[in-house]
Amino acid sequence: MGGLRTAGDLVARMQMTRRMRLPEAKAYVAERLGVTPADLSDPVAMAEVRRARGLGTLPTEDTATVDDALAIEAKLNIARVLDVPVRSVERLRALGRG
Amino acid sequence: MRIPTRMGDGSLVRMTRAEIAAEVAAGVEAGVKRAKVAPLGDDAVAHLVDVFASTARFSAVDIGDEVVLSSDGVGSQDVGSRVNDLQTFEQTVCTDTVELYHHDYSFKAIKPVLPFEQATMRRAQLLLTVPVQYGAMPDLGRYTVPDGPVPNWSQLLPLGRIDEARAAQEEAVEQAVDDIVSVAEGMYEAGADGINLDTAGAAGDADFLAALRAIERIRSRHPVWGIQIGMASEFVLGMHGELEYEGVRLAGLWPAGQMRLAAMAGASVFGPAVNVNTGKSVAWNVARTCTIVKPCTDAASLPIHLNGGMGVGGVPMHALPPVDAVSRASRACVDVLRLDGL
Repeated sequence: MGGLRTAGDLVARMQMTRRMRLPEAKAYVAERLGVTPADLSDPVAMAEVRRARGLGTLPTEDTATVDDALAIEAKLNIARVLDVPVRSVERLRALGRG
Repeated sequence: MRIPTRMGDGSLVRMTRAEIAAEVAAGVEAGVKRAKVAPLGDDAVAHLVDVFASTARFSAVDIGDEVVLSSDGVGSQDVGSRVNDLQTFEQTVCTDTVELYHHDYSFKAIKPVLPFEQATMRRAQLLLTVPVQYGAMPDLGRYTVPDGPVPNWSQLLPLGRIDEARAAQEEAVEQAVDDIVSVAEGMYEAGADGINLDTAGAAGDADFLAALRAIERIRSRHPVWGIQIGMASEFVLGMHGELEYEGVRLAGLWPAGQMRLAAMAGASVFGPAVNVNTGKSVAWNVARTCTIVKPCTDAASLPIHLNGGMGVGGVPMHALPPVDAVSRASRACVDVLRLDGL
């Protein structure tokens, strides 16, 4: 689907954790993000959505600023926005004691 | 007009549209005969002919029909670190998921170095956004002498020592399940997004049973964690012959039957594998793949990621598979089978 360029990683998370088949997974992610399923594989549409919601992007100077969430920072937001367990986020919360 | 197309070994050949149509028809017929399944419908057959009769360098699904990509390990492990491999696939290749793997892609081999693998997974989880799973093979043959503790059934079977060969496989299953679960638990603790049991069934029905029992145990502890299983081949070999899971005999199962048991065990994603005949065209192989896998995707209650790579899923058996063939095989299978991923 395009991974971080689009919403491929988000749809994949729904397949992996909730065993959703593709149409259901796309519909779920689209609903949570307020877009259409077709938008999910559009890098132009998704760039703005990901930035606005802090869902991570390619960590280059052309695509991200210091104010954009990346990697584990972005996964904190992904877990909340998709309402899906992300194991590394659970570990960060448990070990960070913040 | 003779259209450039490929054989299953990757070599370039030229065929007319009528010849390609004949290849597709023969591939469907071969799948029906071998797996005892229904033939593809006329629309699917016509679509396959259109895909393979194109002279375009690349073929792709319609915009909006893209599917998720998972994998059995990413990166060559020849440049930089393994975490660099994962980052490259996330940020340059832009795959939807990535998979950390050890050079020795076997759960038995990984167990002694699990703390090192956990440390690498932990670093990866801090640096990547896309799901990072960990993968290896059940690899039941590793448990036999001289590499392992169990009598070698490949030596016993030709001697007619059937009962001993079966007992050896049953013993190996128990040990493999413990190793798979141990590695999976370690990876869960390290923050992995999921575990991939790849090339399941490579050593036959006992190998597949080990994978199913391991999945069952992992799922019982982690209800919403990623568990992927990818098959070794289209048909579960009966090296034991009498093994069952939930009352279903494993030997002789085709993708639809394999999928039902994988779902029952608790897998998140199932990857059917259909082998490539290198002496036949890619069009023939893709038609045969679609025919054999169609009952699996039609009945699936979990996401199906068809194994599409060197020598399976219609992709030529070559270390450098041509992109024209890979894209046609991938597109055709996604379109005809309504796959959830590759």
